[in-house]
Amino acid sequence: MSTQTSLNFRANAAKAIKDAPLRASMRNAADTFGTRRTSAMSAVDFEALREKASAIRMKVLDNHAAYLEQFTTQATKAGATVHRAHDAAAANQIITQVLKNHGVRMAAKGKSMVSEETHLNEHLEKEGIEVVETDLGEYIIQLDGETPSHIIVPAIHKNRQQIGKLFADRLGVPYSEDPQVLTKIARKVLREKFLTADAGISGANFAIAESGSLVIVTNEGNGRMVTTVPPLHIAILSIEKILPSLKDLPTFIRLLPRSATGQAISTYVSIITGARKPGDATGAKELHIVLLDNGRSEILAGEMREMLKCIRCGACMNVCPVYRTVGGHSYGWTYPGPMGIVLTTLLTGLKKSHPLVDASTLCGACNEVCPVKIPLAELILKQRVNRVSEGLSPSKINIGMGLFQIATKSSFLFSLGERLANMFWPIMRMFGGKNVVGRLPHPAKTAFRRRFK
Amino acid sequence: MRVQLFGTCLVDSLYPEVGEAVLRIFKKLGVEVSFPPGQTCCGQPAYNAGYHQEAKGAAEHFLSVFTGTDPIVTPSGSCAAMVKHGYPELFRNDPKMLAVAKSVATRVYELSQFLVHVLRVHEKNLTGKGKVTYHSSCHLTRMLGVREEPLLLLKALKGLEFVPLPDAVRCCGFGGMFMAKLPEISIALAEEKADKVISTGADTVTGCDAGCLMNIADGLKRRNSAVKVKHIAQLIAEGI
Repeated sequence: MSTQTSLNFRANAAKAIKDAPLRASMRNAADTFGTRRTSAMSAVDFEALREKASAIRMKVLDNHAAYLEQFTTQATKAGATVHRAHDAAAANQIITQVLKNHGVRMAAKGKSMVSEETHLNEHLEKEGIEVVETDLGEYIIQLDGETPSHIIVPAIHKNRQQIGKLFADRLGVPYSEDPQVLTKIARKVLREKFLTADAGISGANFAIAESGSLVIVTNEGNGRMVTTVPPLHIAILSIEKILPSLKDLPTFIRLLPRSATGQAISTYVSIITGARKPGDATGAKELHIVLLDNGRSEILAGEMREMLKCIRCGACMNVCPVYRTVGGHSYGWTYPGPMGIVLTTLLTGLKKSHPLVDASTLCGACNEVCPVKIPLAELILKQRVNRVSEGLSPSKINIGMGLFQIATKSSFLFSLGERLANMFWPIMRMFGGKNVVGRLPHPAKTAFRRRFK
Repeated sequence: MRVQLFGTCLVDSLYPEVGEAVLRIFKKLGVEVSFPPGQTCCGQPAYNAGYHQEAKGAAEHFLSVFTGTDPIVTPSGSCAAMVKHGYPELFRNDPKMLAVAKSVATRVYELSQFLVHVLRVHEKNLTGKGKVTYHSSCHLTRMLGVREEPLLLLKALKGLEFVPLPDAVRCCGFGGMFMAKLPEISIALAEEKADKVISTGADTVTGCDAGCLMNIADGLKRRNSAVKVKHIAQLIAEGI
């Protein structure tokens, strides 16, 4: 994976399509989550809930500076140290500095996509600080030197046989493909890490402006371990994750687990307000919160700001026909699927990532499931328009579209085009490629329109 | 009653038999059909590729060709959605054209929509045969909201056995230019759709969009399947 060169989605996808175990894993997982989501959502009034959630998120975006300020003030009052990071490098630098100030040698980490965006682990390892991922899926892919292929289910692309083999190879345990046995092995390794880690690093699902609290939604309990067991807790989150008040939280707790995994509620919902105070039974003694911008202020000011309503549930990927076929790694950056297309092109720039805007059939399945009503298909289309206006579309398509427009303005030329296609079909087939023109039927001898002459 | 027929470019150039079927249905029902001769393409290929200036050219042409007050009927959910939703979007900053686009949008019907809501064909005695499954195209369902109409029509074809398609709402992988830009994915999705079609045991798969049906036909061909692919207009024309 590289963030330096323009990514080649088509080549990545073509390779993934030939990977039979990957395709099977993707299909099974996406179908399972999709089905569970549908059934969990049938218990609530989805349309009413997402209308409400969307309005709350829009309110945050409309008054973002004020909410961010309020969160910072309240979190500071509660005893946290709040840092603002303009970009990935700044965030990594801040975290490294805090860890070094505390002499940290090993940090236990909860799941955080924002830290994937900043390549935090890579950075810390270069600085000589060991980082251990403690979410089971993240732990698996860290062992294999991979990146997440799904924002909620990072190891979605792997089957249990592959995981069994990985554990046997890397941990020296006997091979097993029993998920329970594998989970127990990971649990044993990770318990030790929780107890010996000098610091915990986590992400956060929401930041509450009114109280300065962080909200972390997890299933494995590792999120609670990394934020409470080690003496130092650092949370990294992007600036758009704010909710105005704790009163707004229930709406999102109803929507997020249902959208993500089809659960009515996740196993754990942790609300952390500041560092441990005298008399508190648990909590880190010191809490640092790193708020990452990394291009989001610019998105906030632009025509695609609705993307920042996203609460990272992953429902759009589970239903996306493209994502479930090619897997998350094909997208070449941190965020895959429909939300990933929009966010990646916005955060890394179209110049680098514009091939991604083709990675959608515009079928609109993502729009239907989005719990905060982001018009993903429309935003993808908007990025296609931006690609053309920024001159990034290939010149042969520019020429083709120019000719198309001329033909559409004249039924004579249009009809002529049809006749030429009919006449030169064998040649077009030869040069049009077997996967494109070769898939079309031979044009009709007499176009439908000509029966009216 | 009189209607204007928008044939669509795919039916015009690749599937004239679908157009013929539409004409037959209207003839049987005593509906007078006019085919505005200046018609070309709705412009969706350019629109969905992000070439909105080029799409505007096609849209302006369409709006200048389909004048009058008669309903405009088209055997494609996707093209109907383009005119209904894409045009107003293209002209959102041009009040004069926007008014024209919005007024034309109210006249546009996808075929099954028109047959059910205006002509109430599903209440007539029609005949059909064979075991048929149905793919619900994405723009038809998600942009036009046409979900039940094709099923009502299929159920009205007495003698035809309808079998539901598993995951019928999942995209077939056509996606217009998508099939040309990312053919490997388009083929994989067409094959997946073909497998679902085959799993129903149907002898025919039908739908309301020639583009999707073309991609599904290719998927079936790749699976060496004998399942026939027919536009819903063809099934109705055979039984009316």
